[in-house]
Amino acid sequence: MTELSGRHVVYCGVCTLPPEYCEYGGTVKKCQQWLEKNQPTMYSRIWSPEVLEAEMASLSVEAQERAMKDAKKKAAKAEAAERKDADKRANSVVTIKRIERNKRKYVTSVSGLEAFGLELKKVAKDFGKKFATGSSVTKVPSGGEEIVVQGDVSGEIEEFILEKYKEVPEDNIELVEDKKKKKGEGN
Amino acid sequence: MFKKDITPSPKQKLKSSIQRNLRQSLLTTYPLLTPFIDDIIPKKASLEQIKLPDRVSLYVIDGTTPLFFQADTPSQQNTIVPHLKLVHRFPQCFPTIRIDRGAIRFVLSGATLMAPGLTSKGGRLPMPHERPPREKSAAEAENADDIEVPNEGADEEGHWSRELEKGEPVVVVAEGKEEACAVGVLVAGTKEIKEKGKGPVIEEAHFLGDGLWRMALD
Repeated sequence: MTELSGRHVVYCGVCTLPPEYCEYGGTVKKCQQWLEKNQPTMYSRIWSPEVLEAEMASLSVEAQERAMKDAKKKAAKAEAAERKDADKRANSVVTIKRIERNKRKYVTSVSGLEAFGLELKKVAKDFGKKFATGSSVTKVPSGGEEIVVQGDVSGEIEEFILEKYKEVPEDNIELVEDKKKKKGEGN
Repeated sequence: MFKKDITPSPKQKLKSSIQRNLRQSLLTTYPLLTPFIDDIIPKKASLEQIKLPDRVSLYVIDGTTPLFFQADTPSQQNTIVPHLKLVHRFPQCFPTIRIDRGAIRFVLSGATLMAPGLTSKGGRLPMPHERPPREKSAAEAENADDIEVPNEGADEEGHWSRELEKGEPVVVVAEGKEEACAVGVLVAGTKEIKEKGKGPVIEEAHFLGDGLWRMALD
């Protein structure tokens, strides 16, 4: 009991684990780079060749092989997942839809934001704040969720999304008019 | 328990009376925390509760620092289990067992912790022995609600100085690592584990990189 305050632990900026455990996180390469850059002393302690060798020596050959294979598999898996994620991101479309509710009244529904790793509930709150209208997350019959904003804000909402959520590329936003009547904005 | 990702749900502020109760039960479960309790739960800070799936509640202080969680099911006996971030801050305050290197990757993918990972050369199970007395007289351990600090801890080898019972929460550290890698409730006493040498030890644990660990709190 030396001091009364707790220890401060550094966590890896890539996989969030304590750096000692990065090797199990599946993003070893990236973690190593991060640690080397941000915590050089720790890096040399964990990843120096001598340490690694000593660790390897304590395992039997068979176990070593198994561990190696396992690590490889995990890394490949993580990589594949990442690629898939990026792919999904590139292909998914955010749809902004203006729906006529009652002659001259409209609601604007935004769907597809979740594919970009955004949290609908929070985004909905932001929309509500920005446009000073009701904004909520609703379930769609086809499964999944969308954000419904009261009032016709289809034009501004596109700009707002582009400005605030940089991860959504402009080309992936689509404006749709729901009723037979035309008078849409943008494309 | 938390293999899947958890979507954060709203936080609830707790009444100060409940807060006091929790503090008390935390101390009863982990008497070693006594010297640090004001650091963990400062008197002024607001304690918040977050409901997680499976009737587990997580307690969070100041909105961002997770402290511990509690499963509200009879099978778990409402044991308070510390969040790993808390364990990392106060590693010496929780009973520990150690697993060997080979077991780490299984534990970190959420497998049930089995006895062989503990009984092997790299593992460490408690080894009862006399500890040098602390400053004052050695306190009586395990009195229902005493606040005195029991005289227990880990020796240089990593053996905890007291046999742990079934149902006790325990921190799992790993061979060759400084930080803890999991925390859970024992499903078998440590004595039993030593005798049998096989079977499950901790069934559902909170481990590094699981849903609870990754949960965003803000």
